Amino acid sequence: MDATTHTALAPLAGSGRPIRSRLVLTIAGFGTLAIVTCVVAPLLGSSSINLRRALDASIPFATNVDAQILFIARLPRVLAGALVGAALASAGVVFQALLRNPLATPFTLGVSAGASLGAMLVIILGGTLAVGPWSSVPAASLAGAGLAAAIVYALANGPRRVMSTTVLLLAGVTLNAFFSALIVFVQYLADFAEVARAARWLMGDLDVGGFRPILAALPLVAAAAAIFVRLPAALNLMGVDTDSASARGVDVVATQRWAFFSASLATSGAVALAGPIGFIGIVVPHLVRLLVGSDHRIVLPASALFGATFLVACDLLARTLLAPVEIPVGIVTAIIGGPFFLWLLVREG
Amino acid sequence: MAVAVALVAVACGQNAPAPAAGALRIVSLVPSVTEMLFAIGAGRQVVGVSSYDHFPAEVESLPKVGALIDPDTERILALRPDLVVVYGSQNDAEARFKKAGIKTFNYRHAPTDAVLGTLDTITTLGTVTGHEAQAREVVVRITTGLDVVRKKVAGLDRPRTMLVIGRQPGTLQGIYAQGGSGFLNEMLEIAGGQNVFEDVKRESLQPSSETMLRVAPDVLLELRSGAPAGNYPGTDLEVWNTLASIPAVRNREVHALIGDHVVVAGPRIAQGAEAMARVLHADAYK
Repeated sequence: MDATTHTALAPLAGSGRPIRSRLVLTIAGFGTLAIVTCVVAPLLGSSSINLRRALDASIPFATNVDAQILFIARLPRVLAGALVGAALASAGVVFQALLRNPLATPFTLGVSAGASLGAMLVIILGGTLAVGPWSSVPAASLAGAGLAAAIVYALANGPRRVMSTTVLLLAGVTLNAFFSALIVFVQYLADFAEVARAARWLMGDLDVGGFRPILAALPLVAAAAAIFVRLPAALNLMGVDTDSASARGVDVVATQRWAFFSASLATSGAVALAGPIGFIGIVVPHLVRLLVGSDHRIVLPASALFGATFLVACDLLARTLLAPVEIPVGIVTAIIGGPFFLWLLVREG
Repeated sequence: MAVAVALVAVACGQNAPAPAAGALRIVSLVPSVTEMLFAIGAGRQVVGVSSYDHFPAEVESLPKVGALIDPDTERILALRPDLVVVYGSQNDAEARFKKAGIKTFNYRHAPTDAVLGTLDTITTLGTVTGHEAQAREVVVRITTGLDVVRKKVAGLDRPRTMLVIGRQPGTLQGIYAQGGSGFLNEMLEIAGGQNVFEDVKRESLQPSSETMLRVAPDVLLELRSGAPAGNYPGTDLEVWNTLASIPAVRNREVHALIGDHVVVAGPRIAQGAEAMARVLHADAYK
């Protein structure tokens, strides 16, 4: 056995030149796409704005409709879309690697069901839970997500032993069903108007109405990202199987814990900000793998960038196609993502 | 005659002998119809109401038997009603009651001519329950009340108004606005307002911040059937300050109206219209 033991958080050595140049190329490509999308998206919308007027500082902001549309309605949406898209897509990659299951999504382990239950309780039973920059519904969904993650973790994790992916998956699936039942129960007890609002929350919404909610979610996603960057090499080795990964010096237990913690953190932040927007976490990683292969050192950053692009583009469609009536963005991602994913499945089968 | 009309009105086709008109035992699954029944003097015949009924106060002591999605057939049958008021979409429940020989009154929620529809429903209920004269009086009272409001606001500028019928407390998310059809849209017109979404021929829509900034309403009027939890309206309305370029926000024309009389298409619509008019045209009511 190798004399040096790799810790989970230290990238494995041996990332030679080819990988580095491929990484640079991939990030440059997907990064350009993401930047172009994020620059173009705020310029388009259900109405047209005069950009010069919007940026004219001599007009007071309070009376400048173009500036308000740009800075209150569109920019926060685009930034929220980029943040949520990147978080869900990269969490998807990490969960798929952790569970060694291509069908895993950020929602497989019950994090979003827990978040949804928290949100439903506040929407339907009322009450104020606002904490710091978080208003009541996101605060409650964050609490629910944390609770769900803690339960799954406690079930699948023994002291210093490798997490069983089977137990993780079964615990997640069961928790999803359990929370879903509670969600339906809470909805059943509620008034019509509240049920409608609750159902709407479950479809996902990026119209966050300002930068504050984004700033509230940012630290969670940023902390997750800081952990993500150190995982890919270990995830590559664990993708084969955990025994051979430990034989090659990966601290499997620590890697699993960090992967679970960081992906849950990113998912919680994303869901608290925008609701459970489906399909990003599964379609984007698979599409990216199709384009760049399966090396996590490349798949992870590329998925984050492409997830941002995909969600910002879907939201652009959501807010313009039927304007002034808006399509919930979760419907757009699923309508585009669903058939595409089926096509992938059939093709690979 | 009354019985013949009643049979047509309830469109039931059962041959069960109709009891004497005054003796009908009625279960109502529709809160607005419950209000109408009490208004036309048929309240004492009501033996059961929906889980959402709270008006008039008498209904609180009546058995609650479910509502649109969960009518409790067993409890309703146990109340031995002669007539059950159901929603137009409750086909299964209706079929079950018919099988039990119970007449049904089918309440349909009209997206157009909703105010007229409400008056028609009251008239029909009068016929069905044998309170025709009182029903006629109620209809006249409502019509007169609405005309008083119409006259009060006639010729005044019609402020471009956005009716907010739902919003996630403390945020500008999950907003439902009244579209260009439906009962509340008609109420707004009577009260001398112009719906900013009158071209959107739907009952409700969910406008984005961008849409709201673009339509720039002169008045923002939030309607709630009951006071929600938390600090409402109070500081909760201050979230609108984010959208400062909306004239309603700039000119402090963000208001809340709380109460069933505003949002329920029942016998209190003239009061509802007046409450709206008092917000939209405060000067006219000074």
